[in-house]
Amino acid sequence: MNTDYRQARYKMDLLMERGEGRMLKDNPLPEGIARKKAPDIPDLPKHEVVRYFNRLSQMNYGIDTGFYPLGSCTMKYNPKYTEKLASLPEATDIHPYHPEEFSQGNLEIMWELQNSLAELGGMHSVSLQPAAGAHGEITGLMIAHQYHKDNNEERNEIILPDTAHGTNPASVSMLDYNLLEIPSKEGCVDLDALEEAAGDNTAVFMITNPNTLGLFEKDACQMAEIVHDAGGLLYYDGANLNAIMGKTTPGAMDFDIMHFNLHKTFGTPHGGGGPGSGPVGVTEELASYLPVPIVEKKGDGYRLNYDLENTIGRVKGFYGNWLVLLKAYGYILKEGKDGLERATERAVLNSNYLREKLQGVLDLPYKPLRKHEFVLSGKRLKDKGLKTKDLAKRLLDYGYHAPTIYFPLLVDEALMIEPTETESKDTLDGFAEAFASIMDEDEETIKEAPKNTAVGRVDETKAIRDSVLSYMMRD
Amino acid sequence: MSEIPDDLKYGEEHEWVKITDGKVRYGITEYAQDELGDIVYVELPEEGEEVKLGDMAGVIESVKAVSDLYAPISGKIIEVNTELEAEPELLNEDPYGKGWIAVMEIGDESEVESLLSAQEYKELIK
Repeated sequence: MNTDYRQARYKMDLLMERGEGRMLKDNPLPEGIARKKAPDIPDLPKHEVVRYFNRLSQMNYGIDTGFYPLGSCTMKYNPKYTEKLASLPEATDIHPYHPEEFSQGNLEIMWELQNSLAELGGMHSVSLQPAAGAHGEITGLMIAHQYHKDNNEERNEIILPDTAHGTNPASVSMLDYNLLEIPSKEGCVDLDALEEAAGDNTAVFMITNPNTLGLFEKDACQMAEIVHDAGGLLYYDGANLNAIMGKTTPGAMDFDIMHFNLHKTFGTPHGGGGPGSGPVGVTEELASYLPVPIVEKKGDGYRLNYDLENTIGRVKGFYGNWLVLLKAYGYILKEGKDGLERATERAVLNSNYLREKLQGVLDLPYKPLRKHEFVLSGKRLKDKGLKTKDLAKRLLDYGYHAPTIYFPLLVDEALMIEPTETESKDTLDGFAEAFASIMDEDEETIKEAPKNTAVGRVDETKAIRDSVLSYMMRD
Repeated sequence: MSEIPDDLKYGEEHEWVKITDGKVRYGITEYAQDELGDIVYVELPEEGEEVKLGDMAGVIESVKAVSDLYAPISGKIIEVNTELEAEPELLNEDPYGKGWIAVMEIGDESEVESLLSAQEYKELIK
C-alpha cells in the first residue's frame, strides 16, 4: 500500500530566538512614559514572520489537509461560506456597547438561532451565553442547583454512567457535587443500577445519547421516569447530538436541560482550544432560570432581556461567542431542516460503513449497529507485542489523523472512530485499506512510526514527568 | 507473558499481596503496570487510614489514563512507599520490589484466604 505521504519538515529557530528587540531612535513620547528598555520581541522583517508561520502550518495537520476520524470530537469539514459570513463588516465592525436599536440585525440573528436550537433540541428556551460545551454543562448544572434550592431541596449527588465524557465528572466536581458512577450493561445504562442509585439525594442524571460507544440509549424515556420519580432532573450532554439531529430530540426523551456544541454539530471550526459555543436549552419549567441576557422580540424589534425571574445570573461577558453563533446560524439556514437530517443520516451511515469494514481487522466489543461513531479494541495487537498507540502512530505515516485512543476506559486498548458525514466513500475505503495494510506490516515498522511526519515519535512520559510549559522555562 | 510470582496472592483489581506475620505488603502487578503504560504520578493512600476491601485508596496516573487504587483487603494502612512520589517509574521498573505501595495490618483473615493464587490470577488475565 502507498505510503507516499510526507509532511513538510523544516529546521527552524523559534521566532523568539531570531534577534533582539529594537529601540526607536527618536522616540516622540515624553520621557516619563517612553520605554527605557527594548521590548523582548525580536525585530524582524514582516515576510520572515509570514514564512515562519506558513512553514509551521505545513508541518501541521488539519481537517483541510486530510481525514480526521477523532472519535467524540466530530472533526467534520467546515464549509468556508461560514467564514465569509463571519468576516462581513456587519459581523465584525460592531461593539457590544452599541445601543440595541443599532444592532437589530444582530439581535434578530441571535433570536432566530435561539428558536432554531430550541426546536432542534425539543426544548422550550435557549440561552446562547456559554462559550464551550463544558461551559454549557456547568451552566446547566447551576440551573439544576438553583431549581432544587428554590424548592427547598438539598440534593448533593449527580449520577453518571461509566461511558460519560471526561468533562461530565469535571463539571460535577467543579460544583462540589458528589459523583455517583453507575456501571453499564452491554454498553448502555443499566436501568436496575439507575433505579438503585436514584433517590432523595439525586440532583441530576447526566448522559450523552448516543453514548461514547456510539450506542443509542433506547431506554432514555424509562431513565427519565426513574430520575423524575426520584425528584431529580435529567441533563443531556449535546456532544453527540449530530447522531440524532432532525430524527429525535432530547426533549422527546423527557430531558430537562441540555447543551449544544455549535462548534461540532453545526459546522464551525474547533480544536486547538476553540473558539467554541455551548448554548443551553431548558424545559418551560426551567426557562426563568437561564443565564442572562437572552434575546426577546417585542413588536417589530428585538431587545436583550436581563430580567428573568430566577436567573442564575451571568456566565460570560456580553452575549456569547457572537461570530461562532453567526456561523452556526448560517449553517442551519443553508442546510435547512432536511439538510440537517441528511447530515445525521450520512454521519450514521459513514460510521456503520467503516465499522463494517474494520470490525474484522480489530475486535468490536458490544453490539454492532452504531450511531455516528464506534469503538474498536486493539487487544489482539498484544500478540504481536504492539499496542493501540503504535497503530495510531503508524496511521499518521499514511496521511491520516489518528482516532481517539484509550477512551472510553471500559474498552481495553480502545480506538474510537468518528468518520463524520462530510467524508466520501473513497476516503473511508482508503482509511480502511491503510488499517488493514498496517496489520500486515512487521512490528519494527509499526513501533518506529511515525516516519513521514514533521516530528517523529515524541517521549510523552518525559513530557509529563519533566514539563517545560513555556519558552521562559527553557534551559 | 507477564511475570506472576508463585509466592504472592492476588486481588481482582490487579494488586499483588505478600503476607508476613499478620501484615501484608501490596502493590500492582506486572500486568497492571504494563496495561497502564508509563506511570507519571502516584497519590498514595494515607498512613493510619482504616480501609475496607475494594475501597479507593490512592490514585495512579499514567500517560494513558488516571486510575483509582483499591485496598486489596480490609485493615489499617501502617506504612506507605513515599519513594514513589518522587519516582513513580519504580512502579513500572520493579512492580514487585521497589514499586511496593503500602503495608497494611490485616483486618479480616478470611479476606486474605479468598485472595487469588498465582494460578488463578493467571487465568483472570488470560
